[in-house]
Amino acid sequence: MSDTQSHYTSPTFAGPKAGQPGRSFADIPPVKWARANLFNSWLNTALTLLLIYFIVKYAIDLVSWGLINAVWEVPGNDTRACRDIRGIGACWALINEKFRFIMFATYPYEEHWRPALVIVIFLALYVVSAMRRFWNRKLIAIWLLGLVAIGVLMWGGVFGLRYVGQERWGGLPITLILSTFGIAIAFPLSILLALGRRSDMPAIRVMCVTYIELIRGVPLVSLLFMASVMFPLFLPEGVTVDKLLRAQVAIIMFAAAYLAEVVRGGLQAIPKGQYEAADALGLSYWQKTVFIILPQALRLVIPPLVNTFIGLFKDTSLVLIIGIFDLLNAAKTSVNEPAWRGFGVEAYIFVAIFYFVFCFGMSKYSQDLEVELSRHRKR
Amino acid sequence: MVVPQPVKSVSPHPMIEMRHVHKWFGEFHVLRDINLTVNQGQKVVVCGPSGSGKSTMIRCINRLEEHQDGQIFVDGIELTNDVKNIEAIRREVGMVFQQFNLFPHLTVLENLTLAPIWVRKVPKKEAEETAMYFLERVHIPEQAHKYPGQLSGGQQQRVAIARSLCMRPKIMLFDEPTSALDPEMIKEVLDVMIELAQDGMTMIVVTHEMGFARTVADSIVFMDRGEIVESAPPQEFFAHPKTDRARLFLSQILGH
Repeated sequence: MSDTQSHYTSPTFAGPKAGQPGRSFADIPPVKWARANLFNSWLNTALTLLLIYFIVKYAIDLVSWGLINAVWEVPGNDTRACRDIRGIGACWALINEKFRFIMFATYPYEEHWRPALVIVIFLALYVVSAMRRFWNRKLIAIWLLGLVAIGVLMWGGVFGLRYVGQERWGGLPITLILSTFGIAIAFPLSILLALGRRSDMPAIRVMCVTYIELIRGVPLVSLLFMASVMFPLFLPEGVTVDKLLRAQVAIIMFAAAYLAEVVRGGLQAIPKGQYEAADALGLSYWQKTVFIILPQALRLVIPPLVNTFIGLFKDTSLVLIIGIFDLLNAAKTSVNEPAWRGFGVEAYIFVAIFYFVFCFGMSKYSQDLEVELSRHRKR
Repeated sequence: MVVPQPVKSVSPHPMIEMRHVHKWFGEFHVLRDINLTVNQGQKVVVCGPSGSGKSTMIRCINRLEEHQDGQIFVDGIELTNDVKNIEAIRREVGMVFQQFNLFPHLTVLENLTLAPIWVRKVPKKEAEETAMYFLERVHIPEQAHKYPGQLSGGQQQRVAIARSLCMRPKIMLFDEPTSALDPEMIKEVLDVMIELAQDGMTMIVVTHEMGFARTVADSIVFMDRGEIVESAPPQEFFAHPKTDRARLFLSQILGH
């Protein structure tokens, strides 16, 4: 279709980029743009009208289902109103009713302020970590402090807080704990694995390669099963390691293997001359790695790194197969009650929004970071 | 006393001494029985056809390449597999590369201060003062806060020279420092190198710039196929090359 637009594009732009339909509206008046791109032939006009019809139709359907016909409240758990409009209107009353369960699952109801505060602490940690002016030793201290606060709030048992066992934790805090510590621990581990895989020392290299290939070669689900079912069999009688911790370790091990290969990709992209210049200046291996190689290698692989982070964030929902109540499992369980059975769509849409917000946040931040860190390439 | 000394006549203070050095890349014998002595303050220009082992030879001096046979002493320290010796030698030997190899993610000033701060343990402020001093010596103090990518090739190479000098080396190695430069930038780099030579720095320079060799070198070392074929003071080398190989090389490089 782009070849038909020459009547408004200046002939000097006859290259392949000449008539990109997506050219910014600022250059061309919208009506003119639409005529040139959407209604420039019989076929295009027909397709445009057809698409407009579908878009408008489904937009109307969605709005009437999600907003106009939706039921927002059902007094006394009486879901008949919802059942009457099934398929015509959404039952947001479910979210209203089950909000606390989806967010915190089986955590004791009257203590819900504690996991709520944990979520706030996590968000604060993300914000602080995102700001470059905290990128120093202070950040480690802030994280350790945050970690202690999260532990105290979730477990309790001190400062007059009631003790809550890990088996009762659930909802969004679980998702945040698994993914945040998954990423925070797996990432440095993956750097060591990637460096080890390129090491001159054969023993270290073989160990790292074996680890990466073994872990990468099995599905996360099977690692979680092993952590949950097989691992306890190897422990001596009476010794137990908490299920959540085991899942956390499995996630870290899995993520580290994946991230290691991403980091290695970055290491391989660094020209040999950078290593030689650092060597010639007398920098030690670790000085060279920390000051010269990693800063360049890691910023090269920000897109695939964040890709893996986002994947990991969503992969934490797999813990539902070993019976941990993360956000998704809590949503799934919230519609188990007979009165609410059949309203899964509403529950899933609700948690999907959470996943999207976190993943989109990571993606957006990484784009900004890339721009920020590539200043040195600008002339 | 300007000719590189044969090994047997031990000079009072050789900065670099290579004795019967051999190196192989796999089957390929890149360095064959290299004997070279460079005294303090001496300037040696190494020339020869490409692939003759010039770069490999000077890269052996700071262990960017490992030699397999023979001995290399730098400022009295023998180069062995001992990491301590290697690090000690690298602190004393500066190197300038054909491709500059500046650190693109650091500013010019950070490029110059990183190694002094972390390797020499110089306080940051002092390292920055030294860096500014050497940037002035290479005539680009105004570029201190730019990134290498914002500079021209000639400026980058001068920064690279300054970066080496900030470590206060006793010896400077130059590995074809002007080969990657546009012709109009070669002079600005050579001028800096000439000034450095006049200050009495011990230098080994691999280059095809015969004008520079004539002006600066105390001796010319001509290499071919991994061997040192000839070494002589420049006047002698250019006027009366002793070997056919050197004559051929000179006719190719000078006679147009």
